[in-house]
Amino acid sequence: MNIGVFVCHCGSNIAGTVDTEAVAKAALSFREVVFATDTMYACSEPGQAGIVDAIKTYDLDGVVVASCTPRMHEATFRRTLERAGLNKYMFEMANIREHVSWVGKDMEANTRKASELVHMAVEKLRRNDYLEAGEFEINKRVMVIGGGVAGIQAALDCADGGLEVILVEREPSIGGKMSKLDKTFPTVDCSSCILGPKMVDVAQHPNITLYTLSEVDSVKGFVGNFDVTVRRKAAYVDWDACTGCGECTTKCPSKKTPDRFNEFIGNTTAINIPFPQAIPKKASINADACIKLTKGKCGVCAKVCPTEAIRFDQQDELITERVGAIIAATGYDLFDFTKYGQYGGGRYPDVITSMQYERLLSASGPTEGHIKRPSDGAEPKDIVFIQCVGSRDKSIGRPYCSGFCCMYTAKQTILTKDHMPDSQSYVFYMDIRSPGKNYDEFTRRAMEEYGARYIRGRVSAIQPKNGRYLVKGADTLLGQQVEVEADLVVLAVGAEAAKGSNELAEKLRISYDPYGFFMEGHPKLKPVETNTAGIYLAGSCQGPKDIPSSVAQGDAAAAKVLVLFSKDKLASDPQVSNVKLVRCIGCGKCESVCPFGAIEMVDFRGMPKASVIETVCQGCGVCTAACPQGAIQLRHFTDNQILAEVNTLCL
Amino acid sequence: MSVNEGKELRIIGFLCNWCSYAGADTAGVGRFAQPTDLRIVRLPCTGRINPLFIVRAFMNGADGVLVSGCHPRDCHYSEGNFYARRRLEVLKALLPVLGVDPGRFEYTWVSASEGQRWRSVVTSFTEQVHALGPMPGFKSGTSLDMCLCHMDQNQVL
Repeated sequence: MNIGVFVCHCGSNIAGTVDTEAVAKAALSFREVVFATDTMYACSEPGQAGIVDAIKTYDLDGVVVASCTPRMHEATFRRTLERAGLNKYMFEMANIREHVSWVGKDMEANTRKASELVHMAVEKLRRNDYLEAGEFEINKRVMVIGGGVAGIQAALDCADGGLEVILVEREPSIGGKMSKLDKTFPTVDCSSCILGPKMVDVAQHPNITLYTLSEVDSVKGFVGNFDVTVRRKAAYVDWDACTGCGECTTKCPSKKTPDRFNEFIGNTTAINIPFPQAIPKKASINADACIKLTKGKCGVCAKVCPTEAIRFDQQDELITERVGAIIAATGYDLFDFTKYGQYGGGRYPDVITSMQYERLLSASGPTEGHIKRPSDGAEPKDIVFIQCVGSRDKSIGRPYCSGFCCMYTAKQTILTKDHMPDSQSYVFYMDIRSPGKNYDEFTRRAMEEYGARYIRGRVSAIQPKNGRYLVKGADTLLGQQVEVEADLVVLAVGAEAAKGSNELAEKLRISYDPYGFFMEGHPKLKPVETNTAGIYLAGSCQGPKDIPSSVAQGDAAAAKVLVLFSKDKLASDPQVSNVKLVRCIGCGKCESVCPFGAIEMVDFRGMPKASVIETVCQGCGVCTAACPQGAIQLRHFTDNQILAEVNTLCL
Repeated sequence: MSVNEGKELRIIGFLCNWCSYAGADTAGVGRFAQPTDLRIVRLPCTGRINPLFIVRAFMNGADGVLVSGCHPRDCHYSEGNFYARRRLEVLKALLPVLGVDPGRFEYTWVSASEGQRWRSVVTSFTEQVHALGPMPGFKSGTSLDMCLCHMDQNQVL
């Protein structure tokens, strides 16, 4: 075998702390290496051309590139090999950037480590096989999990692109956080006026199947062939029969049910339609509050319902859908403001969250758009907004900036002035972060045109005083303590990962960061993909996002799905397990450990033997480690290859 | 292959591609300085690891072996790391029988986002192995050596 080794400088990224020339020279002494060189940027056009030339000139059968992580450019270099007419699996990478030059400063130690990594790659490559990718059929349906604005956008794009879409939403209605907003920054657009029509489009689109009040129960399979089981929770109402007339809600005697949609400001009835523009506009019963379901009495709704849609005995229903791709758009949750004891959230009735304030501002909210204090219903005059509640604070485990709180606070001060011209808003802030299009202009308008008083500093305590609140804080620009009396305090709560997002990530087999947000495939170049093929991200489940970014990501995720489905068949990765029949004793251990059911026992001349279903095998190698005979081997990660690497290092 | 006059020891890391290898990459991207002793073998999943690889590494003179994969329940292949955990736990119990100080072996879970955690895992494990010093030599021809032979049958050395 003729092996060529290319040691990349990566500018000064590698060459700065690794003697790449010495590594290339050392490589020449490794078995079967006939050519080795160092190159400025192996991945660049001239770098790749150099590899192609060398393959032809030196009649190379295999190539090792020592550069960055294979997770970055393995695919790039495999294509280079293909261009030169070589089997693309005759390639190995040595990671001498992320694992060497970037983590060690000692040139000598780094150079030796890099040479050893190249040696390991060479020894592994010597045992590589020529592999050919197979093909498998794909199911061109897509599931979108989460019906917020990102999920809606992704679902509509996919559906308009001709795909069959299943949209799964946990709440009784789609719309997400955006449907709760009164206005949006920086245009002061009416939120429901721009989202409402899109929600209607979802309901009416012939390609979209909508499951609300539903959650993903389990996910099986792989790209092109996922089997997703959806749990449709009991609404205790037959939605096929319910017309959304609302008769039941007016007659329901259980009128003290906490109103989830209105952020628990005000009450609703046990059977309700969450908001007037809800999609689908169907009633559902809150089982915890319903008198019939808790005590067995009442049943008024069933008596008044004109279509006899009430079903007190309804059960959760499990539906399995087969899809080829999944878009996760599960959004975010608001920070639990009671964690800041000094602000009195949860203890003082007139210390509320920004989303609660949003509901107060909204004409469809509990106060019909009149700003009233929750405690006594009086109109507040002085309103204090406190920013960064649950953002940029390491001490409560939220060191990141939620990104949109500066903007929505500015919007709320503007709306406050519009609603109550003689009111005064005070904003305690740490920094103003308004980098979007027209964003900085907007916050300046709040200060200059609408007279919101911005005070740079943290609030240390809030105390009740004569039916009002005394807000004590620091003005770090003036360098002095300040006290502001307020009728209402609004906490600009930050964003955190949605509850249950970790469980969903585990079901989808995607990664999440320490805060619970889903991780993209690459922070720069794969912003909507995950490391699991066929699963994409949209919106705030990946990190806090404002509406334009969520919509853009919804579009992008849909585009990725449409690209995936532009082919009728996908190429399967040939790095899968393979059975040596002479060694296999038919014990079936591999079959029982395979997480994908990719191994079946077949009859071979009267003896049981394992057989790998190559398109189902995902290449984890659990079977290879379980086989007592070494009969089933994961291609390109065979026992011999791994031991060769170990031996290279140790012998 | 000589090690840098005792300054460096020979530590082998078996890392899963999806979490820990990516976590080690994240540590690199974040420029978190680490000891240089560790050499990483990339595997698709910790479930791919045959505990005998680790034994083989020790027999061939490795001073320490570190295995790292996805956090339990977070495996890219659903359950590979559970298989790994069982096997490695057994191995850990077996190491003293083989005459290997169990302090030379560790398995851990590091996710793709935990660059900083990777740095601390590498640093503390390297320190732990340095405290134990170089691996005393194994005699060849022991029964253990024989058991491992089947793994080498097809090897092209």
